[in-house]
Amino acid sequence: MRNVWTIAQREYKHYFISPIAYIVALMIFLTVGILFVLNFSQAAYQSMFYGSPPPDTRIIVGPMTFLFLLASPALTMRLLADEQRMGTLELLLTAPVQDWELVVGKWLGAFLFLLSVIALTLIFPILLNRFVNPGIDQGMMIAGYLGVILVAATFLSIGTAISSFFSNQFAAFFATLVVYVMLWWMIGWPAQVLPIGGDVFRYLDMSAHFYDTLTNGIVALADIVYYLSLTALGLFLGTVAVEMRRWQ
Amino acid sequence: MIRADGLTKDYGARRAIENLTFEARQGEVVGFLGPNGAGKTTTMRILTGYLPPTYGAAKVAGFDIISESLEVRRRVGYLPETVPLYPDMVVFDYLKFMADLRHLPNAEDMVFEALEMVGMEERAEGYISALSKGMRQRIGLAQALLHKPEVLILDEPTIGLDPAQVVEVRNLIRDIGKERTVLLSTHILSEAQSLCDRVLIINKGHIVAEDSPENLQARLVGAERSILRVKGDADELAPKIAAIAGVQNVKTQVDGALEFQFAPGVDIRPEVARITVNAGYDLLELRPVGMSLEEIFLELTRDTVTPFVPRTPAARRCETATNASRPKKER
Repeated sequence: MRNVWTIAQREYKHYFISPIAYIVALMIFLTVGILFVLNFSQAAYQSMFYGSPPPDTRIIVGPMTFLFLLASPALTMRLLADEQRMGTLELLLTAPVQDWELVVGKWLGAFLFLLSVIALTLIFPILLNRFVNPGIDQGMMIAGYLGVILVAATFLSIGTAISSFFSNQFAAFFATLVVYVMLWWMIGWPAQVLPIGGDVFRYLDMSAHFYDTLTNGIVALADIVYYLSLTALGLFLGTVAVEMRRWQ
Repeated sequence: MIRADGLTKDYGARRAIENLTFEARQGEVVGFLGPNGAGKTTTMRILTGYLPPTYGAAKVAGFDIISESLEVRRRVGYLPETVPLYPDMVVFDYLKFMADLRHLPNAEDMVFEALEMVGMEERAEGYISALSKGMRQRIGLAQALLHKPEVLILDEPTIGLDPAQVVEVRNLIRDIGKERTVLLSTHILSEAQSLCDRVLIINKGHIVAEDSPENLQARLVGAERSILRVKGDADELAPKIAAIAGVQNVKTQVDGALEFQFAPGVDIRPEVARITVNAGYDLLELRPVGMSLEEIFLELTRDTVTPFVPRTPAARRCETATNASRPKKER
């Protein structure tokens, strides 16, 4: 476990000297901010003149997961692919570190970085809380943020796994994006057309577990289990890929 | 201690090394000598736990490289061929990171100690990307020495260093080799000669010779050779030297010196000197010439099938040498 922390720390620090990480953080923060202002003014207008309910935290957490879909491949693409390219993988694989510790450490570093960005966005619920009367639904906010964190963990774990299959960062980036698009959007489609067996695809749909429940303030064990098992699967596949590199 | 027993590694259909069996004891510097692509790096990668062997087994520092890989990795310092550095890290942070991965108790002191050993303590605060190739090589070496490993495995440790640094690094390796086990690879023969207690010559995945540099020379040179240099023309002296019992093959070299062979074990130099002086010549130089490791290396690693090359004495010597070393390999 100590090695996981050592590797995660190095990875976390590395994001602060990498321009890509700053661009990612800025993109997430600015876009969430702009969408917040737009959605908030529209919702406030509607609630004022048409009596619709006041804006809630859905206008903040809703766009965030979509931004993660675009941004997290940029955070994970170099994790293991770059070690392979620079030859430093040989250093880590001949150090007294187990393969899973390396993969989990890498993932944890990226996860901590994205958590820091998520923490920055907490300013928007605080602002919202001041503007609406009698304040925001705190349960909904906590559920929404739990969802955001789970989605982030899952995305990053899949990205880490894919990065360990490549020695080219950009190949890893696009492969990761393709897998995200499949899991987030496309896998749910068969559920709408298949007469039977659609439930399986509905269960696999990554976005449904977020938009149907957690964003709306519903915390169900099934969703948490889904995200955590997908995260574990990603880390497992990443470890297998690192082990395969030894045997190739 | 390193003990390799029948190591074989296949990359797909290509066999990189075949049935390598050797040993490196504690307090010994063993050199892996061979042309590029001979299998030196592959063998080192297997011993350090980076690659598993296809067949065979090995023990490093008393632990099995497959079933006890982590124990092996804890006790080995390894400098790979491509020095593994993170260019965007500060030298100190990089070594501290490696020290933390090895759970060293007083990591910072050990980092400075390692930096001092390679003479890089002044660059501790600098970025790795700003270092020259030789400096990077030394940081890589510091990384390998960091935890004072029982076994040190160095893949071409002096490559890219300037001559003064080469001397320093060689002294360092020699010092370490007094107490620990050092396995290094090189294709610089003088390095193997000056550093190693024992040399393994490896070619196309096979060990073709294994001995101390001195013994390798002695074994391959059937007769001893000497060079005699006198003031003026030595042509008339040649028959007189040839007449000494045991001397054969007297040749006049391009620069006028005489080269001759004599059977090993009989030192005929006093007699050569006496005859030269008695014949009225001023003796300038009389020195033995060994076959250099370069020549041995070239002969051992030359392709065995060379049909159209006329047979020189050297080629014949080479054949006997390879044949002599063959049973050893199959043992």
